[in-house]
Amino acid sequence: MIYKVISKPEFRAFVDALVRANTSYGPRQVDTGRNGEPIYQFMPVSSADEIAFDYTVTASSAKHLLMPFREELSKFSFRDGNWSQEVSYDAPPIVLFGLRPCDINAINLLDEVMLKGPYPSPYYLARRKNTFIIGMDHLPLPDCFCKSMNRHTTDHGFNLFASDIGEKYFLSINSSKAFNFLKEFETADPTYEDDCLLIERRKTIKQSFQTNVEVTGLPMFLDLEFDSPIWEKWGDKCLNCGTCAMVCPTCYCYNVEEHVETGLGSSSREKRLYSCNLVDFAEVTGGHNFRPKNGDRLKYRYYHHYRGFAVNDNQQICVGCNRCGRACLAGINPKDVINDLRLEKESCMTCVSPSPQKS
Amino acid sequence: MNHLGFDIEKLKIGSFDFTCCEGCQLQLANKESTLPEFLALLDIRNFREISSERLDDYDIALVEGSITRQDEVERLKAIRAQAKVLVAYGTCACFGGMNAQKNKFPKEECIRTVYGDKQIDTMQESHKISDFVTVDYSIPGCPVNKEEVERIVVSIATRSPIALPKYPVCVECKQRLNTCLFDLGEVCLGPISRAGCDAVCPSGKTVCLGCRGPADGINYDSFVQLVKDKELSTDEMNEKLAFYNGFTEYLNHEG
Repeated sequence: MIYKVISKPEFRAFVDALVRANTSYGPRQVDTGRNGEPIYQFMPVSSADEIAFDYTVTASSAKHLLMPFREELSKFSFRDGNWSQEVSYDAPPIVLFGLRPCDINAINLLDEVMLKGPYPSPYYLARRKNTFIIGMDHLPLPDCFCKSMNRHTTDHGFNLFASDIGEKYFLSINSSKAFNFLKEFETADPTYEDDCLLIERRKTIKQSFQTNVEVTGLPMFLDLEFDSPIWEKWGDKCLNCGTCAMVCPTCYCYNVEEHVETGLGSSSREKRLYSCNLVDFAEVTGGHNFRPKNGDRLKYRYYHHYRGFAVNDNQQICVGCNRCGRACLAGINPKDVINDLRLEKESCMTCVSPSPQKS
Repeated sequence: MNHLGFDIEKLKIGSFDFTCCEGCQLQLANKESTLPEFLALLDIRNFREISSERLDDYDIALVEGSITRQDEVERLKAIRAQAKVLVAYGTCACFGGMNAQKNKFPKEECIRTVYGDKQIDTMQESHKISDFVTVDYSIPGCPVNKEEVERIVVSIATRSPIALPKYPVCVECKQRLNTCLFDLGEVCLGPISRAGCDAVCPSGKTVCLGCRGPADGINYDSFVQLVKDKELSTDEMNEKLAFYNGFTEYLNHEG
């Protein structure tokens, strides 16, 4: 990693030049909410003026830019009694600007899933390799809990990361591409004072979290709580609408559909991001549904996020961005569900098996 | 053409309209980019919007419109007797459609308001066609989504399974990065309505009125709670639920 500092106007000029020359996506205000709050999304941007540099959080993650909601995996052509398959990994280069550390960590987790397994995804790889990521730090929102998940900082997965140290940005340069792009702009080596400012900034961010979700030992809690009534309680609220998985930066479950084209001379295979909360997620041929109940489906979403990966890969796949919690119309959010689960277990421990000192 | 492992014959199709605007049938002649291929799959025996031929040897009947007159019932039953496959085509045929707006008023009042003193034969209610005949497949939508129609017709031609999305509109709406209309203070039926429309209405900042009917396994109680929690009007919600007549069982249940 190479560290530099850059004045805010110069950084803006750099970003402007970059997004003008490339297909780029960055945070833009798309609406104003019912209570006057701005609503942001990662949208196409073609100049710095279109970017909301001081945005809070985007309603949806940037996941779909690396893993589209719908993606054609292959095309089949039928001709003269024979058939052929065509697969394309075309991924034009893009710039992804303004990701938060939790978002970058989410992409690092997707890398684990899509690239480190026995069958790496060439579709994902093509996009990932052709994506230039610029991260930016921010003060957490009241409901951000990425610190609880230890995803509030990041040291890899980006090309360039900008920390706000007041008059300047403190840049972490993590690729030769970023280093070369920056050559044409005025940067300086960080002074001792800049280093101090960065440390102060980090401290401020760390101390600004208002939401803590206790995830220590959670995989075991989840094991013990498999039959807990809390799943039914939260499941009764769940609308089965899949919103949580769509906005989530790490939900990657998908469905594959095949269609014969109208001319009958060709067909296509398409991948569609799906959600484990959708009613037919676990429905199989013949019509049997392994998870017909809302509560069961909701439970398995939590198991995937907080247990499965922790047990198998020593990390939880939730990054604590709380997009699902904000978007859920039924008011289901990780903090409340996990606290509920812990409370239940803790109260149960007190009443059922009191500790020796107390008796 | 047997590259799919079997011969494909043109589908002998008839398209019929009852009480409706015929807009869904018009969709059949839409989407020019694939229209020649689409029409090549069909042997149109009876379809007054695009052909003057009136033949009665069709296998598949697309039935658009709701049933509002007794003579329509007889005509519908005759179509059912002829067709090997009968498709409820469009929201009116599937649920009664917006014609069912009249259901909550006395029939005489409706006639007087619309036709004055003219003698009109009409039923008290606008009915979905499944109230009178067995329906093999439903393609809901106001209007139907031509892409979905094509896919279903291709599935019939290639003997593949036919299915509509079981999940609600929210999935497609989120995929289009739309701002949730509840966040803008509106009552939207997206969370309980069947997807497959690519969230076309919310994408244009217009709330979903559920023209495709309820999704599978919806959580109606939670939806009502949501409207209350957001301090939005349940009267407005009920009005929207009644718009296309797709949610009658839930509305009646609510009392």
